[in-house]
Amino acid sequence: MERFLDSFLNPKLIAATWPAILKGLVVTIEIAALVVVSGLALGLALALLRWRAGGWFTWPLMFFVDLFRAVPALVLILLIFFGLPNVGIDLPSFAVLWLVLSLVLAAFAEEIIWAGLIAVRKGQWEAARSTGLSETQTLIYVVLPQALRLAVPPLTNRTIAITKNTALGTVIGVPEIMNQATTAVSFSGNATPLMMGAAAYLLLFIPVIGLGRWIEARFAWRRQ
Amino acid sequence: MRQRDPLLDIRGLFKSFGSVEVLKGIELSVSDGELVFLIGPSGSGKSTLLRCCNRLEEPTGGSIHFDGKEVLDPKIDINGLRRRMGMVFQSFNLYPHMTALGNVTLALRKVLRKPKAEAAEIGLKALERVGLAHKASSYPAELSGGQQQRVAIARALALEPKLMLFDEPTSALDPELVGSVLATMRELRESGMTMLVVSHEMRFAREAADRVVFMDGGVIVEQGPPEQIFGAATQARTRAFVSDVAR
Repeated sequence: MERFLDSFLNPKLIAATWPAILKGLVVTIEIAALVVVSGLALGLALALLRWRAGGWFTWPLMFFVDLFRAVPALVLILLIFFGLPNVGIDLPSFAVLWLVLSLVLAAFAEEIIWAGLIAVRKGQWEAARSTGLSETQTLIYVVLPQALRLAVPPLTNRTIAITKNTALGTVIGVPEIMNQATTAVSFSGNATPLMMGAAAYLLLFIPVIGLGRWIEARFAWRRQ
Repeated sequence: MRQRDPLLDIRGLFKSFGSVEVLKGIELSVSDGELVFLIGPSGSGKSTLLRCCNRLEEPTGGSIHFDGKEVLDPKIDINGLRRRMGMVFQSFNLYPHMTALGNVTLALRKVLRKPKAEAAEIGLKALERVGLAHKASSYPAELSGGQQQRVAIARALALEPKLMLFDEPTSALDPELVGSVLATMRELRESGMTMLVVSHEMRFAREAADRVVFMDGGVIVEQGPPEQIFGAATQARTRAFVSDVAR
């Protein structure tokens, strides 16, 4: 028991490491917040563009969506971080992580929101159009709110799964939680910093999960 | 008494879905203040005819005159037209994420650009007309089917349409809820609203309709006052249908 506590919850190490973990937490929160905002916004924009443009737009969109859903985020991060400098584009590691995770989230969000849009029954369109609302007005006031309500549970799951991938930033040296923790582990040869990292992730994501639940409950009119 | 120019005048209307011809040259006019009932077996094209009137379905050919304008004119302001032609659907189609009042006021605010307070006032009056002012803040899921359908009627009425189209308004309702919707329609009729109704409520047709139109296979077989259609139809097909539904 003592050995266990010593390797996983060593008080001295906790005292020495927490400022670094805290710094990592701040970096993780920054990236996560940026990824959530830009990923969801881009996903919504793509879904709306797909609805508006239809036909010709679907093919390039499907290519993008399938690519970013199929290729592991780690591969994309490494490709862009080590590949782009060869063509003269030098992005800081923070930007690469943000860019890749945003695009991955956008790809999933587009599909989820699109599924929500087409799940809204045709009668809703017809009723709204029969009162003189334009197609765009019907989309904004009648269909999209219902589509987003349907999209919230899968969107919350995806958002959490993808923002957790900020931990992948460690491979390109982004000083987020995971990076701070593994650095401390290699200096100390003790797993305590990893436990602290896990605690930091809990601290970050439990409120996010709670927020998702709240949004679901807030818009909990029943489907007809 | 009645205006000579019909409010709605349908001429030679055709509609095909792919190779299936659903409407085959419909001629029908509805005068101001008239209640016209469309009856006929399922698949006879009644609902399609109704949906062509506000172009929820795009007719293949013919013309529809409404309130002095050609509905099928490609340059017509279709949204402006639709707002003057209220429609009530079989499945109510209320917006589930809005209260009853929200449902009624959406088009008032977004199409007619009424300020919020004025829209609410008009909306409440419309809800009052269908006897549901006390349910203004209820969501559709909290209302019975009959109440939902009356909210849907109020949603159309709030825009002060010249014509109301009813597409089987009571078919999705439990029998005990049908009466309240029919009562609302009866009141509308008494207030002089022009109505074109697709319905299987033959008793209501007999008692309230000015004219009954019997359709079969995409054509109008026969039309006339209810006494004629239900009592002394000239066409064998009409008599067969009427005696079938009477059973």
